[in-house]
Amino acid sequence: MTEKIAVAVAENLINLTIDNREVSVPAGTLVVNAAKLAGIDIPVFCYHPKMEPVGMCRMCLVEIGRPAIDRASGKPLLNKDGSPQINFGPKLETGCTVPVSKGMVVRGYTEEVTEARKEVIEFLLTSHPLDCPICDKGGECPLQNLTMEHGPGQSRFIFDEKIDLAKNVPLGDLIFLDRERCIQCARCTRFQDEIVDDPVIGFSQRGRALEIITFSDPGFDSYWSGNTTDICPVGALTTTDFRFEARPWELQSHASICNHCSVGCNTTLNTRREAKSGGDEVIKRVMPRQNEQVNEIWICDKGRFAHHYTESPDRLTQPLIRKGDALEPATWDEALQLVGDKFKKSKGKFAALAGGRLTNEDFFNIQQVTAKLGGKALLDSQMAGGEMVAQVGVGQGTNLSDLRAGDVVLVIASDLEEEAPLHWLRIKQAAERGAQLIVANPRRTKLDQVAHRLIRYEYGQEAAVVHAMLDSFSPKRPDQPASVKQLLRDESVKAAAEDVQSATNLIVFYGSEGLDVAGSHTLASACANLLIATGHVGRSNNGLVAVWDKGNAQGAWDAGFATSVNLADDLAAAPNLYIVGADPVGDRPDLAETFEAAEFVVVQELFLTKTAQMADVVLPVLPYTEREGTYTNAERRVQRFYPAISPRPGARADFAIAAQIGLALGLELESKLASLAFEQLAARLPAYKDLTYGKLAETFEQWPIIGREDLYYGGTTYDNTQGLGVQPPSGAERGESPALSFEALTDPEKRKGLLAVPVTRLYDLGLTVTTSEILATHWEQPHIVLSPADAEKLGLELGAQATIKLNNMQSPVAARIDNRVPKGVVLVPRSVGLHIFGPAPIEVGA
Amino acid sequence: MNGFSAILKGMWTTFKSMFEGPVTIQYPEVKRPVRRRFKGRHELKRYENGLEKCIGCSLCAAACPADAIFVEASENTDEQRFSPGERYASTYEINMLRCIFCGYCEDACPTEAIILGDNYELSFTDRAQSIYTREKLLNPVGPSGQATPQQVPAGMFDRSIPVMVDPD
Repeated sequence: MTEKIAVAVAENLINLTIDNREVSVPAGTLVVNAAKLAGIDIPVFCYHPKMEPVGMCRMCLVEIGRPAIDRASGKPLLNKDGSPQINFGPKLETGCTVPVSKGMVVRGYTEEVTEARKEVIEFLLTSHPLDCPICDKGGECPLQNLTMEHGPGQSRFIFDEKIDLAKNVPLGDLIFLDRERCIQCARCTRFQDEIVDDPVIGFSQRGRALEIITFSDPGFDSYWSGNTTDICPVGALTTTDFRFEARPWELQSHASICNHCSVGCNTTLNTRREAKSGGDEVIKRVMPRQNEQVNEIWICDKGRFAHHYTESPDRLTQPLIRKGDALEPATWDEALQLVGDKFKKSKGKFAALAGGRLTNEDFFNIQQVTAKLGGKALLDSQMAGGEMVAQVGVGQGTNLSDLRAGDVVLVIASDLEEEAPLHWLRIKQAAERGAQLIVANPRRTKLDQVAHRLIRYEYGQEAAVVHAMLDSFSPKRPDQPASVKQLLRDESVKAAAEDVQSATNLIVFYGSEGLDVAGSHTLASACANLLIATGHVGRSNNGLVAVWDKGNAQGAWDAGFATSVNLADDLAAAPNLYIVGADPVGDRPDLAETFEAAEFVVVQELFLTKTAQMADVVLPVLPYTEREGTYTNAERRVQRFYPAISPRPGARADFAIAAQIGLALGLELESKLASLAFEQLAARLPAYKDLTYGKLAETFEQWPIIGREDLYYGGTTYDNTQGLGVQPPSGAERGESPALSFEALTDPEKRKGLLAVPVTRLYDLGLTVTTSEILATHWEQPHIVLSPADAEKLGLELGAQATIKLNNMQSPVAARIDNRVPKGVVLVPRSVGLHIFGPAPIEVGA
Repeated sequence: MNGFSAILKGMWTTFKSMFEGPVTIQYPEVKRPVRRRFKGRHELKRYENGLEKCIGCSLCAAACPADAIFVEASENTDEQRFSPGERYASTYEINMLRCIFCGYCEDACPTEAIILGDNYELSFTDRAQSIYTREKLLNPVGPSGQATPQQVPAGMFDRSIPVMVDPD
């Protein structure tokens, strides 16, 4: 039982009896949940603890009795022996729709109930194909389990009357539907409607002709489709990724953390040996792992399906050293010797650039090497502000599920559903529970649908919005630019400022939409100031959250990395470069010159990227699936992941390589065990003080109870037995006073032509996504999005090919037209091969 | 019985056997037929039309107490059909060094695809030879069948599990 429920119990307790056992649960609890809390099984198919009950499948029928009350006196009637007289209804009741009441008596194992369960199962199986041997769900199937436990064993229906329906119907390209297996519980359609607000599938027809259909084109167009396969109580919905890959009982499970975005969803990697991989272990599927404070029991489709890069045959397995024009294979000793010798001589002329997917241990060791050489530790990102998140980030014990009426969430410059899907989901749910949601963005995003207040501004005014909010309740600064003064008159800004002032708890999410690194820094500082000015720092459910572009960007900032405002200059200033898990040349071809001019470049990578091709030494690394480590998510939760498959020979973990390089420089860094490297890190970094791998592996009981023997209840999401992670105290909580400057604003420059602004898309063309063929139709091809007015002016039609000139680079793109885009602005997605690093002028030609 | 008659009795047995045929058979030229319930090397059966009975469900591997069986499944198409229904075994391996010939795999099989046959001639000169692959285990195609994969009309073999007929 979670603490939350324990508190509720103390406040509002209802006593009832279930199967002769005394149970105390909070008022409003449904009978099935009360039974589950007491460890008693009431089987269900359609009920799911995360959704509203519908009472469709009738599997939860139980006998429910209530104390008889004397109508005249209002007192309970007593039996002769003094016990209260219980009246049972004439019929069975559905335990999933009935809330508990005082003195209630529930009987789940009487003859009548057992008989009813038998009949429900018999009925559900009338047209079920019973093809369990070839069903991907077989082995972890609630229908299979409950049939074995409660079923009649024989059917009175005539076998020949089973109707054959279509099998193997692609609902989308990720999800298959087997119409025969569907028991019409509507869990999937309710999930899409109620939970993720993507009502793209639904029931069609009635009775035996009823079937699930998809309304969208392309089919089942949702970022959440994989979750429906977890909660489907039969094998009607299965993923194409796992189709016929293995039987569930053959799989090994390994706890992991998704690193695609900064939410840090807990996952379980299922692995099995595979003949076509030469008997090696491979990842067969990615499943969500319950962490009610991070991802609850869900993950997005990117996290579920974009895992194939870790097993790509193109991965590097041997160090490479440049000899003349070519990179030639070398031994680790040779390569490390060379790197050590060169780095030793590079004091003061050194810079490290690391990507946001490295672990905390990697960042720490690389930072130590960099500090020893007096270089800059740079994070490869388009966002800044991590040092402020470390100071005024959300406090210990923050849980977005705790936000309710009286609390305020401000989301600024972020299309959350694209950037951090789980944050979108949990903020949406907070808004539905009554938390005041303020969304500030120049265009309409999906989060607007549940927002209570919308602030529209022009691209470039992100920080001005926050300053205007600040100015509306604090002494006005005379040096504010015109845009702030203009926004101060905006009713929605004023109202939002009032919301923020009167908030019990305030969390601010800032993203990177339309921003470059400098803009991101200014926005972060404005948001931090807003939080400090209103006193919303240093406690739980209050603070700043950055919607980072990579999984462990926060960890990088904590370890001393910072994003460069001018990457080209910073790299050019240091002729010796140490590039880890980043591909600057691939992202920005204009950096190629810098790398050609560089003296000595070491690249630590999974693949031979464009940057690696220009390197002097290339060192192959292990992906997170083959090693151990920790990530820090946007909510500053430090989470641990475990190795899932054995390391590919030849490659080494990033922290180990950095430690081995450090050895040549006289540094004593841990090169073998990630846990020891973490200990060194925890000893040095105040933010990680006292944390150990042991603490990160601690768990406590979570509600709802998911993923144990009783798959019927919550689905096939895995139970969290390997660690919920720890949210260490923020700088403000440790009593450090935030060293924040108040960044003066200037108005955005007046511009004549169109302005290109960067936006983030979930399925970009990054290497991690394009290595997953299964997502091929979802990859965002190079495109721009224009307002209808601009498109008309340019003579562009929807889907037309256009040519853009952006940052001295011409590219062909497809034109999309969307009336949500403001006039004069062109949305350009990041990481699809277009050169967008911040707002920039753009020329669009037909 | 005294000593002398005991010797006589023994000699009589010896004398009788002079007129009996030899018990020894000339293996491997001559082979003794096995009993009806003998459990020898596994065979993967085919239907008469040549399609494989195995649907790659891996229940044999789950039932195997010696963990001797390894199965991997793939998807059938009407252009490349190995077995009826959606699924067939693309990898099927039995490690004969591990197998204890208990026959649980037979019992677990929902399509009666795996049968422990009559062949007891299992000898290897290295461990790798003890892995019997799908190709080795599959029965040859009968006279009325075609080899797999077959190209078949769409929708003709859309059921994996055949309707089981009561043997009585």
